[in-house]
Amino acid sequence: MNFLALIGRVVLGFLGHIGRLTIFAGTAISHCVRPPLYPRLIGQQMIDIGYYSLPVVGLTAIFSGMVLALQSYTGFARFSAESAVANVVVLSITRELGPVLAGLMVAGRIGASMAAEIGTMRVTEQIDALTTLSTNPFKYLVVPRLVAGVLMLPLLVLVADIIGVFGGYLVGVYKLGFNAGVYINSTVDFLEPLDVISGLVKASVFGFLIALMGCYNGYYSKGGAQGVGAATTNAVVSASILILTSNYLITELFFAS
Amino acid sequence: MIMTTPPKIHLKDVRKAFGDKQVLSGVDLDIAPAESVVIIGGSGTGKSVLIKCILGILTADSGTIEVDGTDVTHTPAGSRVVVNKKFGMLFQSAALFDSLPVWENVAFGLIQGEQMNRDEARHRAIETLAKVGLAPEVGDLSPSELSGGMQKRVGLARAIAGNPEIVFFDEPTTGLDPIMADVINDLIITCVKDKGITALSITHDMHSARKIGDRIAMIYEGRLIWVGKAKDVDTAGNAFVDQFVHGRAEGPIKMQLRR
Ligand SMILES: Nc1ncnc2c1ncn2[C@@H]1O[C@H](COP(=O)(O)OP(=O)(O)O)[C@@H](O)[C@H]1O
Ligand SMILES: [Mg+2]
Repeated sequence: MNFLALIGRVVLGFLGHIGRLTIFAGTAISHCVRPPLYPRLIGQQMIDIGYYSLPVVGLTAIFSGMVLALQSYTGFARFSAESAVANVVVLSITRELGPVLAGLMVAGRIGASMAAEIGTMRVTEQIDALTTLSTNPFKYLVVPRLVAGVLMLPLLVLVADIIGVFGGYLVGVYKLGFNAGVYINSTVDFLEPLDVISGLVKASVFGFLIALMGCYNGYYSKGGAQGVGAATTNAVVSASILILTSNYLITELFFAS
Repeated sequence: MIMTTPPKIHLKDVRKAFGDKQVLSGVDLDIAPAESVVIIGGSGTGKSVLIKCILGILTADSGTIEVDGTDVTHTPAGSRVVVNKKFGMLFQSAALFDSLPVWENVAFGLIQGEQMNRDEARHRAIETLAKVGLAPEVGDLSPSELSGGMQKRVGLARAIAGNPEIVFFDEPTTGLDPIMADVINDLIITCVKDKGITALSITHDMHSARKIGDRIAMIYEGRLIWVGKAKDVDTAGNAFVDQFVHGRAEGPIKMQLRR
């Protein structure tokens, strides 16, 4: 009996969470399309998310591209299919690794800081103070982060794509002995616009999810420093899980036929 | 007390519970224009909750809250554009925005709420800082660089910058040394009482309550058990009030040691 009660409580708690998150997301989106917007704050967030994430995303991308070239070469050499290396690198990077790795890195960097900042504002009554100063906290805090996330992640991923492919090129040409021209040609020849576009769409969705989980967990945090810590962890973990699940779903949508 | 003018704030049977914890169980209070009422009471008795219900940060479960005759009981703060402009609030923890410099904190309501341009708002912020005894240079500091007393002053400046009709003070002197506490009391008197602004304050500090309040109300177990003139608080003839005013551990008030 106790066990059943426990299951019931967990399920109810989970459903409550989903409901609250859905309402939160709906409210936030509805505020995105109603003035006033705060261009200053959106710009600030875009710099935070886009510009300051460049080093970490770039590093992740270049090493992923390099190791991808190295590993696929070892694999394909067994079938004498070494010429496919460039192709495998560019497809894996643009379709999967670019968006997913950038998403995960940004979730750790930005999702955490959003949850910590908004959570601290919640527990120190700053969010209440916003309301008393005739400022809607959704418009002032949540909307700029969501908009910046949706806009900046694709740009970051585009950069990650280029750097990742360049990493593959470096290893291919300088270590595996490919001819530079041939490597570039086989990179470009097999690449379809949809490969890149699907990656950018993913990036946009990931940007939304990262900002949403950061804001949501921060907004509902309670109980001082410990509560803010928990909110930060939850923001990163839930954003990462959502990134991986939605990545599969979007891949299905684009490429399953 | 007979009210000759309609009350600025009218509370009738205001109730609020969190889960099965009844925090407010029927609060009645009328505050006249330009009057200063102080609510005293132990920690965790719902004083902040009451103010947040009036401000619309929390929504009361039942009862009536009227501001200037307008019923705002069930209107959340976000949709109370007109009423909210009448309010100023000094939070218990000052609640300054630490991402903004001091002057922008003070000017926040002017820039965001009234769409004033930044130069003009900055000018007004510096003026308001002067009213609370802070030099213009303080405007460029970050709130985290200020002492507790200075933060409270900035919070006070932010509360009055928008020329509110009603100001709320949540424990304005808590956590300050006695001298700084009295400085804040004096500022409240010059910036609010003397300007004819209606004030509702919360405090544990009896010295402060006597000084800034025209009337004092004591909250206990979710109700106002005594309301009277500030000068009558020592002769209230109410065992609860006596115990609180004299800070005695023995008496009818049993501190809740467990929730
Ligand atoms: N948002 C909230 N959710 C749940 N409980 C709350 C909330 N705000 C206040 N409480 C509870 O209400 C009671 C009164 O709180 P409060 O009004 O802050 O006390 P105080 O009189 O010291 O200002 C406390 O026991 C507190 O735990
Ligand atoms: Mg309080």
